Amino acid sequence: MIGIRGLHKRFGEKIVLDGLDLDVPRGKNTVVIGGSGTGKSVLIKCVVGLLHADAGEILIDGEDVTKMNERELVRVRRKFGMLFQGSALFDSMNVGENVAFALRRLRLYPERQIRDVVEEKLAMVGLRDIQHLMPAELSGGMKKRVGLARAIASEPEILLYDEPTTGLDPIMADVINDLVISLRESLGVTSISITHDMASAYKIADQIAMLYKGKIIEAGTSEEIRNTRNAVVSQFVEGKAEGPITAEHEDFLRFVRRSGESGMQEGR
Amino acid sequence: MADTRTRNGLAAFLDSFGTRVFRMIEDLGNIFVLLLQCVTWLFRPPSEIRNIVKQMEEIGINSMPVVMVTATFTGMVLALQSWSGFQRFQATSFVGSVVALSITRELGPVFAGLIVSGRVGASIAAELGTMKVTEQIDALVTLATNPVKYLVVPRVVASTLVLPVLVIFADLVGILGGYFVSVYLLGANPYVYTDKTYQYLEFRDIYTGLVKAAVFGFLIALISCYNGFIAEGGAEGVGRATTRAVVASSMTVLVSDYFMTSFMF
Repeated sequence: MIGIRGLHKRFGEKIVLDGLDLDVPRGKNTVVIGGSGTGKSVLIKCVVGLLHADAGEILIDGEDVTKMNERELVRVRRKFGMLFQGSALFDSMNVGENVAFALRRLRLYPERQIRDVVEEKLAMVGLRDIQHLMPAELSGGMKKRVGLARAIASEPEILLYDEPTTGLDPIMADVINDLVISLRESLGVTSISITHDMASAYKIADQIAMLYKGKIIEAGTSEEIRNTRNAVVSQFVEGKAEGPITAEHEDFLRFVRRSGESGMQEGR
Repeated sequence: MADTRTRNGLAAFLDSFGTRVFRMIEDLGNIFVLLLQCVTWLFRPPSEIRNIVKQMEEIGINSMPVVMVTATFTGMVLALQSWSGFQRFQATSFVGSVVALSITRELGPVFAGLIVSGRVGASIAAELGTMKVTEQIDALVTLATNPVKYLVVPRVVASTLVLPVLVIFADLVGILGGYFVSVYLLGANPYVYTDKTYQYLEFRDIYTGLVKAAVFGFLIALISCYNGFIAEGGAEGVGRATTRAVVASSMTVLVSDYFMTSFMF
């Protein structure tokens, strides 16, 4: 369904993706795990064409999105729905207008039906009678669910989740996990989630892939990842402070401690 | 030792100066690219007419009060000042002509442009900047909507169309303000004053002012949209983008005003 081959992406001097390979099977949830700033977001933004890869190919149903012009990308993007980390609801519009946005732009339904379609999509994420509310009036968990309703509104084949549970309380996080699973079951969508929340990853994943230093260093089922022999993966999934990931940063840590405040400001 | 330090200082200065120059050239190039995208998306369906009308209301009607107040007082102070000058050689009957020509040719469009730079430029840059840093612009893209078409085209079109209208009103109230001060406060003869206002005012004076206004409106919206689009890094980034948008568009109004005036003289 989605095949990523030798993907490279750099920002100035910083190499973020360094020959990444990943296969995302149809109708399954693939979860990409990795530390903050390892390029997980960059990966899914390349897949949906928000960022242009420097090299490599991303095949969506056999078509390479990295070689496409803007007009072809618009056509391919209609296969995608994306849930953003901060939900990214349009704050000048109410909930109903947010969810209906793509429906109206693409004229998928006549105007008189839109209200009902929106209510149906909101029901799929467990919300009702909130179409008139503004995004500023919603809690974080509700925003995520409205964002999800907006992402599924135009019935995409592929859903991308950017840290779906980050910033939510454990109960709301689990509600979102259940939603992700039920959407896969009811709509049969293919999805890629990125997260560093291992509880969520184990629960929603059919396949887990670990991103480290710009490459996928291991991919497998939840069980395989849990029992991995790769020291890097096991440090990450068990959340230990000591291990190969942090060992490489010791120089950096020493530098931060020594230079104190000024070092922190440099980091900006 | 001292020698290397001065050399380093010079190198550092050239380095930062060079970076700034490159940044400026890069910005100019990017604005030009944005302009080209704007033109291509303008004619592709679906039409953004509802969005354009909404922006015309936001930019035009909501700027009307502040533009009117500015123009009224500009006309009034212009009458006072030119009266005080012309009195010295008994030429106060020409105050009407001076006020009318200055307002229509120069002060109406420029002050309206500056006010809109502040009011509208800031609001465009802050709104688009916030949308950028909260990923709402990325969200637009994933919802099959081109951000340039949806956000930039309506603002640029609305601003270009609406600024001349604002300036027509600014011209009117500016001239009326001058009339009011001259006739009621300084005791000018109302018939003579009105007559002199019309006598030297040509249609050309008015329409060159309106052409300027349209160009200002276009540049302000384009520059402010660009600065909103390149915002990054949270609230601070949005603040910086807003400041840049206001400064750059006010400067552009004044600089482009000179060149347009010398061209249409």
